[in-house]
Amino acid sequence: MAKVSIDRLKKQFGASVAVSDFSLEIADGELVAFLGPSGCGKTTTLRMIAGFIPPTAGSIRIGKDDVTNVPVHKRNTGMVFQGYALFPHMTVGENVAFGLEMHKVPAVERGKRIDNVLDMVRMTQLRDRYPRQLSGGQQQRVAIARALAIEPRVFLLDEPLSNLDAKLRTEVREEIRALQRRLGLTTIFVTHDQEEALAIADRMAIMHDGKVQQVGFPETLYEKPANLFVANFLGKMNIFAGRVESPGRFVTENKLALAIEGSGAAASQVGVRPERIALSTEPVGPNAMPGVVDSSVYLGSLIDVRVRLDSGEVIGCQLPNSAGAQPAAPGTRVHACFRPGDCVLFSE
Amino acid sequence: MLSPLIFVVWLSFFQDTILYFPPSGYTVSWYQKALSDPAFVNGFITSLQVAALAALCGVVLGVLAALGIVRYRFRGNRPVNTLLLSPLLIPSIVAGLGIYLAYLQLENLLDTRIVGTYGGLVIAHMCLTIPWTVRLVSASMHGLDPAIEQAARNLGANGRVAFMRVTLPMLRPAIVAASLFSFIVSFENLELSLALVGPGRTTLPIAILQYLEFKLDPTIAAVSAVQILLLGIIMLVTDRFVKLSQVV
Repeated sequence: MAKVSIDRLKKQFGASVAVSDFSLEIADGELVAFLGPSGCGKTTTLRMIAGFIPPTAGSIRIGKDDVTNVPVHKRNTGMVFQGYALFPHMTVGENVAFGLEMHKVPAVERGKRIDNVLDMVRMTQLRDRYPRQLSGGQQQRVAIARALAIEPRVFLLDEPLSNLDAKLRTEVREEIRALQRRLGLTTIFVTHDQEEALAIADRMAIMHDGKVQQVGFPETLYEKPANLFVANFLGKMNIFAGRVESPGRFVTENKLALAIEGSGAAASQVGVRPERIALSTEPVGPNAMPGVVDSSVYLGSLIDVRVRLDSGEVIGCQLPNSAGAQPAAPGTRVHACFRPGDCVLFSE
Repeated sequence: MLSPLIFVVWLSFFQDTILYFPPSGYTVSWYQKALSDPAFVNGFITSLQVAALAALCGVVLGVLAALGIVRYRFRGNRPVNTLLLSPLLIPSIVAGLGIYLAYLQLENLLDTRIVGTYGGLVIAHMCLTIPWTVRLVSASMHGLDPAIEQAARNLGANGRVAFMRVTLPMLRPAIVAASLFSFIVSFENLELSLALVGPGRTTLPIAILQYLEFKLDPTIAAVSAVQILLLGIIMLVTDRFVKLSQVV
């Protein structure tokens, strides 16, 4: 395995810029998720790393080698495609053998390696089956085994779970993560599913409009989003527009004063995560805003409550459905309370 | 659909030279006559050779043409596609006449004989076999997931190996079907060949036509029955390897 260095990568299709100024260092054995809505350039970036798309500018290094102009078949990356892309006319064993044959692995070792990878994904019994005889989850496992058999320097996964049903998705996700950790695979995992990315990644790169918005640990991205896009893409956030009046004091357009932490004199917006807001009958703490419950939606483990503040804003709160929780009926007068430390400042 | 076929086979066993109902008796002598008539035997052999060659060459070129049209976006992609299919739209007799005139010009230019040669006939028949192949194979290519060939490339295969080992096998049903249909359209073609055959190089449909100009006895029905039987066997055998209904 090897580290991957991407330097100011750019891709332009005609007049439209698909990816621009993409720089990222991926450490040996690290799993980085590229997360973003469809059309954000995450798959284009992955395909440039695999070698399917030539970049317009910038460079890609795998280990010490600059592979920017190396053809696909000499890059030694192991890719898992969204639709699995198994060879329909070959059995499971032949699918896995294909890459080994191409890499001129001697027949004796080839057999051993096939056994080994099929064992890793628990597919040994189905070695002689054809892809059409397998379920989606099994096909996915074969695709993973096929990519890993060639002992790639980088493991690339393009939305590998999007064709699986919800339960299987979590299962395969955990298997991929366990395998990746055990083998120390340098991995890039492309997804549009934020929960998937949060669960699997060591670090995440959030992309939008061809640009990296923020790179960091899942907690950092969630707790300290760099901008409104990141904040709203990873979960939800209540946003108050206004300005910092004095240090520690933010006044919204509706003249609502909020106690904030941190310095951000230029901040024009303050965000609070819905689950960081508590509702109580009495004001608690410096930020306790009176209002009336507008609606309340029961979501099982959570209750989603919308509160219309007396100042005019409507905010969303997510309350845990914990023991002794009181259902907040619409019309109830409450105070929405949150800590100054849970306010995130944005200046844009 | 089957009734003309059944009727022809039935007719071929009628005893009477002049067809009328009901037949006065049944015989297999027309088959003996057909199989011993050199015009039919030679015509059959010529048709077989021409059809096999035209199908082979047409499929090879047709697959390459389909590959070019589907894979590469070039200026004139669509006109070329339309042009390759046009022989299917023009009446064969018109196309045959056109080819005949073109061959005459070419003969003057090159000072060699083309009309009446095997080569000339095979090339003319490729005007039928290429469009069939392009149609079937390009339809099949459009249905392929491009990620499958990309996966082969990712696993270390260069472009040529990925095509030969992965893409071509996936196109196999379409190629087999194209070969079969090419063979049949060439074998049974009458109009295109009319102006292009020479003495001693007559195809079976033309031999039948020439016979019909003078006689109308069950020999023709016997010849047709043999032809139906042969093509039927070829289709059945092919269908064992490739489910034709899934391709066409």
